[in-house]
Amino acid sequence: MLLVEKNAMTEEIEALVEQFGKQRSSLLKILHEIQKKHRHIPDFAQQEIARLLDIHPVEVYSVISFYAFLNTEPKGRNIVRVCQSITCDLQGKQAVCNAIEREIGCKFGETSKDKKFHLEFANCLGLCDISPAMAVNEKVYTNLTPEKAVQILNQVK
Amino acid sequence: MEDKNQRAPVSQKAHKVTIPDHPEHIGGSVTIEINEKRITVPMGTTILEACREAGIHIPTLCHHDDLCVAGVCRICVVEVEGMRTLQAACAFPITAPIKVKTSSQTVRKARRHILDLMLSEHYGECYSCVRNKNCELQNLAQEYGVDGFTFGHVTKSKYPVDESSFSVHRDNDKCILCKRCVRTCIDLQEVGVLESIGRGDNTHISTFMDKDLADVICINCGQCINRCPTGALYTNDPSDEIWAAIEDPDKHVVIQTAPSPRAAIGEEFGLEAGHSMTGELNTALRRIGFNKVFDTNFSADLTIIEEGTELILRLYQALVEKKEVALPQFTSCSPGWVKYLEHFYPEYISNLSSAKSPQQMFGALIKTHYAEKAGIDPKDIVSVAVMPCSAKKFECNRPEMVDSGYKDVDYGLTTRELAKMIREAGIHLPEMPKSHFDNPFGDASGAGLIFGATGGVMEAAIRTVVEFVTGNKTEDIFENANVLPVRGFEGIKYVEFPIGDKVGPVPELIKHLVPDWNWLKGATLKVAVAHGTANAKKIMEDIKAGGKFSECHFIEFMACPGGCLGGGGQPIPTNEEIRMKRAQAIYAEDESLEIRKSHDNPYIIKLYNEFLTDGPCSHLSHKLLHTHYTKRGKYIA
Repeated sequence: MLLVEKNAMTEEIEALVEQFGKQRSSLLKILHEIQKKHRHIPDFAQQEIARLLDIHPVEVYSVISFYAFLNTEPKGRNIVRVCQSITCDLQGKQAVCNAIEREIGCKFGETSKDKKFHLEFANCLGLCDISPAMAVNEKVYTNLTPEKAVQILNQVK
Repeated sequence: MEDKNQRAPVSQKAHKVTIPDHPEHIGGSVTIEINEKRITVPMGTTILEACREAGIHIPTLCHHDDLCVAGVCRICVVEVEGMRTLQAACAFPITAPIKVKTSSQTVRKARRHILDLMLSEHYGECYSCVRNKNCELQNLAQEYGVDGFTFGHVTKSKYPVDESSFSVHRDNDKCILCKRCVRTCIDLQEVGVLESIGRGDNTHISTFMDKDLADVICINCGQCINRCPTGALYTNDPSDEIWAAIEDPDKHVVIQTAPSPRAAIGEEFGLEAGHSMTGELNTALRRIGFNKVFDTNFSADLTIIEEGTELILRLYQALVEKKEVALPQFTSCSPGWVKYLEHFYPEYISNLSSAKSPQQMFGALIKTHYAEKAGIDPKDIVSVAVMPCSAKKFECNRPEMVDSGYKDVDYGLTTRELAKMIREAGIHLPEMPKSHFDNPFGDASGAGLIFGATGGVMEAAIRTVVEFVTGNKTEDIFENANVLPVRGFEGIKYVEFPIGDKVGPVPELIKHLVPDWNWLKGATLKVAVAHGTANAKKIMEDIKAGGKFSECHFIEFMACPGGCLGGGGQPIPTNEEIRMKRAQAIYAEDESLEIRKSHDNPYIIKLYNEFLTDGPCSHLSHKLLHTHYTKRGKYIA
């Protein structure tokens, strides 16, 4: 990270700490904001958060590693999460996945070459009645077919 | 309730209930029934504590007397009447007259299943493990008659072993996720290196960004090792190299033994805590094949002279010459504490005494003065140090510790590793006859000996400084030369010693450094003692804020709770009672000695007459006995 970037990051975290308060419970809110803006939480940011909240950096990392929606390395611009629960599986998840992999050109757990998409599995999205389901960023799509999934992804920028 | 100085959340704090003098005094008491046995305990006592009181055994794994309650391993589950599920005894505060069953069929079955589940993920063979026969998991498996793996057994390693550190190695395959190390690191020591990372079956104990232990802010104190129930954490064992050196006819292998291992090594041979084995150990070491056995206390005496002179010089510069000097002076004997300061308070590095720790002082002397006297080429000398400490392994590998022209100390060996070597040599230590240390360094004073307990360095320094300055005998001021105010296991001790109006002549040894003591007339010496880095942190924060500790002159810091005798290389298990007994052994040995003040040690006087002829803090002593430190900072790249 460049020094300028570091300073900008520190200022950003300082503002967030100001906004949410200096107690431990603000940690998750701050992490969410950083994740939203930068699509990942770099190790420098983790240490700055730890310093400003007066906790240990490893505790921040522990929290990040616990949550699937927080990550320390940048992923693709759009994150596609396909539900891997049994219901979705029975409703033809595999065919949908194959179609998605072919369309995007990378496997699940990977990021596409143009960094536009990152594919991963999610545990039950809670939409078993209208399965198979997937979430693209924060929006969910249901009753998927291979064609429908490809169509949805093509509309994503 | 919320203590601003504590980093850990309140929920992670120890749930301790101080038992009132009379059970009815505070909060009242409650009568419960454990296995049909009635017992009255104060409200808020946990079931585990109540059972221990009643003499009923409950197995534990994640529970540790030094640490806060976690309740994660569930091995201590008991049946509480009226409760739907089994309850963890260690985390159940009693608030009602409950009925508890600790060994019913349900409980036994549940415990067995818990053990089976742990074993299903525990990779590694017992007979190749450092903790074989001293493993809490192994003991429980035996206690509960585990004769097969109900839920299978891992056959493949899942995690690589982290051997990056000079001191502490980690083998996550043996980890049972009891989080004792996490609580030790974050809560007890407040260093914050280890945490549980990941979720579900990916959970493992790791460092920031899963980096190697050598690349993070680990201070190598090894307290996590002392509290690990299995062999997931262990020290970097150099005994193979040492055996090879002993076998090599061209090598001259010398060993120095510190006071704390001598007070604790008996525990490794089945003795009760609190037996000092100094004489027996000397014989055993010679039988193993070490050419010379030296006493680290000798260089502890030397440390007192050097560090004490440094303090006097700093005070003289501050009070008489009105120069800017860093005060209070911090002790530098504990390598864990030194690294802690380098990481967390690098701006205070100038406060650290530049004097090396006794181990490193001795190392430098052995490869210069001793080599010359004995007529041995220093390159053929292999210098080993028996220490209670895992951080000493890091210290002897510091790049600046080569002042003799060679690596000053070749290997740091912990108490546990030495006990292993002694067993390997077929020696039962308690049966050994006693023998003395080797010359030219001979025996040491009691002041050097008590370095092993918290407050010891301070007491040793006071014994010397009092005589230097007032000209009176220490015995005239403190009964039997026991400086009781700095003793004890209180986390932080603060003591003031008024010097008074009567000062004595400047002793010959430091006459060239200070002309007289008139400038100290009527002054008050303020000192403090802290053990455990959590307590050190409190003092450092106070100094930062300009509190009372910033006006101190001399502060003793030890990284480990209890001082060296609770070090990361000491026999396992550890708890306050054991540490107390080790301290008693050390103090008792001190009282039995004739010479109990560093400057009275004839061998020290001889050393200054023969070798360090320019006296303490001179050019040669600075070259060999003093060092410098690195500003590390806490940022992990």
